[in-house]
Parts: sequence; structure tokens; C-alpha cells
Amino acid sequence: MNRPIAHLFAVIMVLFGLLIVWTSRWTVFDASALQHNSLNKLGFYAGLKIKRGRIVADNGEVLGKSLPAGGGTWKRTYPAGPLFAQSVGYDNPQLGSSAGLEKYHNQWLSGRPQSSLTSVFGPLGGGQTVGDDLHTTLDPRAQAAARSLLAGRVGSVVAIVPQTGALKVLYSNPTYNDNTPNAKGSSQFFNAVQGEYPPGSTFKVVTATAALNSGRYTPNSTIVGTSPLKVSGVPLQNDGNVSYGAVTLTKALTLSINTVFAQVGQNVGIHTMAKYMKRFGFYHYPPLDLPTDEMLASGERNPSNGHLLSPTSNLIDLGRMSIGQDKLAVTPLQMAMVASTVADNGTLMAPHLATRAVNNVGQTVKRFGPRAYSHVMKASTALELRQMMTSVVEEGTGQSANLQGLNAAGKTGTATVDVARNLDDAWFIGLAPVAHPKIAVAVELTNIVNGFGGTYAAPVAAQIMKLLISEGQ
Amino acid sequence: MRARNRELIGLVPASLLVTAGFAGVFIQRSNQLSNISLTYGAIFLGLCLIAHIFIRVTLPHADPYMFPLVAVLACFGLVMVYRIDSTLARQQAEWFVIGLVLFIGTIVAFRDYRKLEQYRYVIMVVSLVILVLPRIPGVGQYTAGAYLAVKVPGLGGFQPEEFAKIGLVIFLASYLRDTRQVLATGGRRFLGVSFPPIKHLGPIVVIWGVAMGIMVLLSDMGSSLMLYGGLLAMLYVATGRISFVLVGLIAFALGAWYLGTHISHVHARVEDWLHTFDPRVYAPKAGLGSFQVANGLFAQAQGGLFGQGFGQAILTVPGSNPPAYVIPAASTDMIFTVITDELGLFGSAALLLTYLILVGRGLKAAVMSTDSFSTLLATGLSAVVALQVFVIVGGVTRVIPLTGVTLPFVSYGGSSIVANFVLVAFLLLVSDRARRQARA
Repeated sequence: MNRPIAHLFAVIMVLFGLLIVWTSRWTVFDASALQHNSLNKLGFYAGLKIKRGRIVADNGEVLGKSLPAGGGTWKRTYPAGPLFAQSVGYDNPQLGSSAGLEKYHNQWLSGRPQSSLTSVFGPLGGGQTVGDDLHTTLDPRAQAAARSLLAGRVGSVVAIVPQTGALKVLYSNPTYNDNTPNAKGSSQFFNAVQGEYPPGSTFKVVTATAALNSGRYTPNSTIVGTSPLKVSGVPLQNDGNVSYGAVTLTKALTLSINTVFAQVGQNVGIHTMAKYMKRFGFYHYPPLDLPTDEMLASGERNPSNGHLLSPTSNLIDLGRMSIGQDKLAVTPLQMAMVASTVADNGTLMAPHLATRAVNNVGQTVKRFGPRAYSHVMKASTALELRQMMTSVVEEGTGQSANLQGLNAAGKTGTATVDVARNLDDAWFIGLAPVAHPKIAVAVELTNIVNGFGGTYAAPVAAQIMKLLISEGQ
Repeated sequence: MRARNRELIGLVPASLLVTAGFAGVFIQRSNQLSNISLTYGAIFLGLCLIAHIFIRVTLPHADPYMFPLVAVLACFGLVMVYRIDSTLARQQAEWFVIGLVLFIGTIVAFRDYRKLEQYRYVIMVVSLVILVLPRIPGVGQYTAGAYLAVKVPGLGGFQPEEFAKIGLVIFLASYLRDTRQVLATGGRRFLGVSFPPIKHLGPIVVIWGVAMGIMVLLSDMGSSLMLYGGLLAMLYVATGRISFVLVGLIAFALGAWYLGTHISHVHARVEDWLHTFDPRVYAPKAGLGSFQVANGLFAQAQGGLFGQGFGQAILTVPGSNPPAYVIPAASTDMIFTVITDELGLFGSAALLLTYLILVGRGLKAAVMSTDSFSTLLATGLSAVVALQVFVIVGGVTRVIPLTGVTLPFVSYGGSSIVANFVLVAFLLLVSDRARRQARA
């Protein structure tokens, strides 16, 4: 009977081999798929037990923290709620979802994973996992001021420290409450970094950058500003259909003369325009520390499918793009980056929200930024642009930003979005003080009736800049 | 080295394991290394030493590795049950002691186990009767869609199938000793395989009937598969005819297929197995669904190669009160997934290898035995242990549909631990006799 017993043992070995193969399948080969299975709530349950780090504003105000919720679990709360919801985001295990800084910097906020070697007996020293605090650049007073200046209107305010890329204000209406992210009727869409707006005449700063820095023009070059002017076979008008004789580029920016900048753009050419746009960050997701799926890349978009066009696509109407129309879909953040570059002598610092991660005993474990994104133009070009933009504020379309002692420079934008109902996007991008800029801003107000940028957006921008400078920024 | 000294040394890993295991759980619980873990280690080492001395006196020639392997499994089980629920672990420790008492009792009572042959029909009838006890109204307990336990005042649930499996193996070993010569001869060849005459298919029909009966009456696919497989293995070893196995497997497959499509509980288990991650199966409108299987797999995925460490597996929803179970039956049916989660692929593979070695030692005793009854008894008992491990581990790793049988010596459960200690006592008895004769 010994041969059958040997056979029997062989069969048993095969059966046990199957068990080990299947166990390896779940523990190793299919582990990742199982962990990402939508029915798998283990990650969420593990999350309940983690005391996440706090999210802290630049003045130490706590924007997000974990409170004990019984049974060794923690509940995340956001004291400032809607004011910072869009950038702070949320980490909500109940919903199994997260957003904003909570998502982007989860690695720090949730604490570092253990290495597999120490895990046989669990975390020997610590007991529970405690995340790192995330310190941010956000300024609660300026952010609150932005909200009250928007006064309920749909729009965005972005303020950047030009030399570092630190975002002091990043606010849009409408917002949502990140304590209840799934509340009925609320939207997490963040206009400041996701909205698709025509930038209007604020884009003339980009065209002027290409014109000046390429050496094709100087601020004193003269161009005839006839209106209407045929551009790509279709007549283009100046505001009020006013015709100008030979005017300097400075004057054309000051009075925001469309037909001049259309010609400038066409003379500079699409390749040069594309080069400078890319340096400013167009056609690329913003280098901001928010999840990519919560941001939008600015640029010309194909109206039929919404996709970004190639920057040199022959679908682009170069003349109209040069004055901020055509199919440009641009975020307020992108235009703030343009202003910031001009303010920082031609260098674009990557905009960022987080400055450092600090562990629970107060040691800084990671620093973020500042980091240069690109060198867009010569310092001398930036200086010329600042002078031209000073003229806009002092004697042009942006005079309502000309506050006593602020010494702002800027550019207005009024982008028609609905001719029939007279609806415009009102824009202002600017910087102050012009001699040594400390802050750069972009303000955008959506669907304003006869919404001239100089009337609606410039005063908001001026107030925000004034507040931030008075705070010592 | 003499066999008993090897056994003694073999107990060292078991006591180290229980000490280190409890220490690990303690550190995890309270961040401190309490000397209670040493106390526990010492107590279990003491108990194992008593059993060892008893074996040394009564069964000096018995296989020296079997008892240490069982001690390792039982101690490991205690640590895991303690990690899951310390109250259950206290009861499990009591059952461990009762199991050792019955282990010693079995060795004393059946010193000459071959006298069991005289009572083979009584044993068979008693086994079959206690098997169907759970189905009798007022006596049985209905748990999770199957009739698995009998209510015993003061003891809680008693699972007769754990004992019935031993009784049926004893009966078949005895029956086949008498009839194997007849069964092994005659018949006609078909496709190169020699098939026995129809009249010799009697035993297989009876075994098949018992297995199907368990499925129909108790809705218990796991026990059915384990018993049927074990008895079929004995039939094969007794006759050397692969045709019995082929006929047997086909008959079982047909029966299981028919019942799987006609008994709703069995059918649901098959659906859970085939479509584990289908949301409709995962959380059906009625019944349990594949929630348990799926979450067992999710837990195993957390384990990876080395595991998350003791106490790291999530068994209940954190903060839920009363506890909402993420892994239902973590201390019994699902204990293998907790082991895999916390000790990883290496930990669970080591556990499976331990079982494989134990089964191998049991089969070695079968090979060394000189009489058919002993050989068949050791074969049957070893095969039943192997198949029990396969049924439950295969169930939680989705090799086969999940049905509730215990992981021998490791799962929480009084009947299981006591019955398996009795089973090992018989294996030691067979092995002692075989090795004594081999030396003589």
C-alpha cells in the first residue's frame, strides 16, 4: 500500500502548492488591484485611525486639523470652511475621497509609511501614526478681504509674492464648505485654477513681452491704430470703434488699442508668441501644489472638443489671440503668473501653497520651494513693461487702481462673453509698488454687465495689494 | 539522538513562538513588554512538557516530530486568537488543556487501538447519528446558512462533525482491511484503466451517499468535501485502484454540481466564489453575499510578503460601537486571512508547510505500519487533516468556494481543538506500534 500513499502525499503537496500560489496571488501579484478595488474600504478604515497633521496659514491660523472622534479614531475639521476650502481641500474617509492640499500633500499629512523591515512587530516606538503639519503661504486676512471685495460676485482673486511664488490669496466665488464636501448644490470647481476665461486685454502684456524681448519693438515704436482693421479677413474694432494715428506701444497699452496689438502679434509671428506663452506657463498644467485634476492648463482650445490646440496650430487667429480673444481659455492663476513675472524682473517663480512639513516634535522634515519655473524675459524688458503698465494705471484704463501711495502698475481686460446680453469678464492684473514690486495680483469677475476691467476689477486688485503691502508683504 | 529527546528539543520552538508571539501582541497593545508574556510562555511550555513526559512513558517509540508540530500549531493559534479577542483566547486555553487531557485519555484508553475494530459498526452508527444531530430541531444550531453545531448546556456549541470524521475514518479503515483484497481484484479494462465490477462499488456509493447527505441535510459543503476526500483517499490506498478515485471524483462532481444549483445556500456560496467582486454579489438584497470572502482577500492584499505585524489587521470598523465587522468570523473561519495580513505570505506559507510536515509524518506512520488497519487509519486521519486545511484555506484564498470548517489547532473552537488532539493521539498510537515493530 506504500505506492498509493506516496501518490496521496504527492496530491496533497500539489493541493498545498495551490494554496501557496493563491495566497501569493492575493498578497503580491494582485495586491495592488485589490487595494484599488472600489469595494475595498480598508484604506479608509486605516485613515480613520491616523491623526493627520494640521494645515497652517502663514500667520499660524489653523486651516485644517484632526479632532478625536472616539474609539481611537479622528475626525478632520476645517475651521475656516468655505474661505479656504478650494485650496486646503479635504480628506474625507467616509466619502473615500480627498482634494486640494490634503490630497496633494497627503504623504506628509498622513505620516510616513513604515518600512517593511520594521513592520513585523508593528511600529515599535510610536503606537499610532501622527502626520506632519503642513505650513502654507496663505494669508487669512487678505483671503477674507478678497472674499468681501468680491461681494458675492462670481470671480477670482489671486495674489503672488513675485520673488518666491508664494500664493498669499487664492480665492474664487462660488466656493464650498470642505467640512461637508458633498453638500447638495455645492460645487468644488475652483474658478481661480480651473476656470476657462478669455483674458481680454490683460493678454496684451504677453504680446508686449514677445514684442519687446524679441527686439522687434521698443516701448516707443509707433504703429497706426486704424479701426476697424481687417484681421484674418474679419474686421476688428477698437473700443468704441475709435481710430488712432501712429501711436507708441506704450500709448497703445495705456489705452488698450486692439488693432495695434493685433498687428504687433502678427508681426512677431506665431512661433515667437508660442515661445513666450510657454515660458509664461501656458499650455501646461500650473506648477502649483494642487492635484492636477483640479487644475486647468491655459491656452488656445479647440471649441469643438475643448482640447488644447498646438501653440502654433493654424486654427489660431493670431491677431485676435494677441489681444486676448480668439479661443483663449485662461485661468486667473495664469494671468497672475504673468503679472508676477513682470514684477520679478522677468523670472517666473513657480507658484506654490506649501512652504514646509513639520513633524510632531517641531522639526522641519521637508521644505517646498521657492523654485524658478522659467526665465521669461530680460530684466530690462520687465522694467520697460512695468513702466508701460504704470502708464496704464496713472493715465490709462486702469486709473481706479491708482491709490494714494500704492504706486501700482497693471493692465485691464474686458473680454466680451455674451454680446446680446452685454456680459463681459472684467480683468485686472497688476503689481505694486512699481519700483520694487512686493506683490502681483490677478482679479477676474465673471459675466458683469458692461464689465469694464478698469471699473470692476482694478479697484479690487488695488485694495488687495494695499492690504498685503501694509501687512509688510 | 533518541526519538523522545528529539521531541523534547522540538518543543523549544513552540514555547519560544508562544512567548515571542504574546510579547509581540503585548507591545502592540500597550507599547510595553509585560512579563505576562513570559508567564504565558512558561505555562504552555509546562503543559507541553507534561504531555511530552507522558508520551515518553507510554509511547516511547512514537514519531518524535508530531507532537512538537501540533504544539507549534496550537501555540501559534493561541497567539492569533489572543490577538483577535483575549476573552476567546482564555476559553481557547481552557480547551487546549481539555484537549491535552483527552489526548492523554485516548492514549490510555486505546493503548491497543486495534480493539476499535470490534466496535466498527457501533462507531459508524454513532458517527452518522452525531453528524445529523445539528439538523434535529431544538438540538441543532443554524449558523450562517449551515447546520454546524449542537447546543450543549454549559458548553455552548458543539460541532459533532469534528468527532464524526475520526469515527468514520476508524470504521472505513476497519472495513477496508477486510475487503480490500476483494475490491482490488477483478473488473474490466477501459481506456487503459482497470475498473472494478459493479458489485464492488458498494463502499464508494455509501461514502458518496454520506457526503451528499451532509450537503443536503446540513448544507455543509466544506465538511462534505473533507470527509469524502479523506475516505476516497483511504479507498485508493487500500485498493491501489485509481479507477475508484476517478469514479469517485466524477460522482462527487456531478452530485456537487446538482446540489450547487439546487440548494440555495450552497448555490450562494458558489456565486460568492465565482463573482466575488460583483457589487450585486458583494452586497445582495438578501443573505450574506461575498462580503466575507472579498474582505478576506483585501486583508491578504494588505499583508504582502512580510505582513503588517501583529495587531495591524483591521477586523472591525474603527470607532464603531457595537463593533461592525470588516472580517466576520476572524477567529474561526477567517483566521488564515488575519495571519496572512499580519505575517504576510511568508508567515502563512510557513504555517502551511507546518501542516504539510505534520501530514507527512502521519503518512510516514502509515507507511511504516505492518498491518492494513493501522496503515489505513493513519492514512485516513492524515488525509482528513490535510483536506480540512485545504478546504478552509482554499475557501478564504478563493481556490474553492468558502465553507466553514476550522483550521485545525489554530482556529478558535473547543470541538475542533479537542477532536484534533484525539486525532493526533491516534496517529501517535499507530506510529508507536509501527516503529516499535520496525525496531524489533
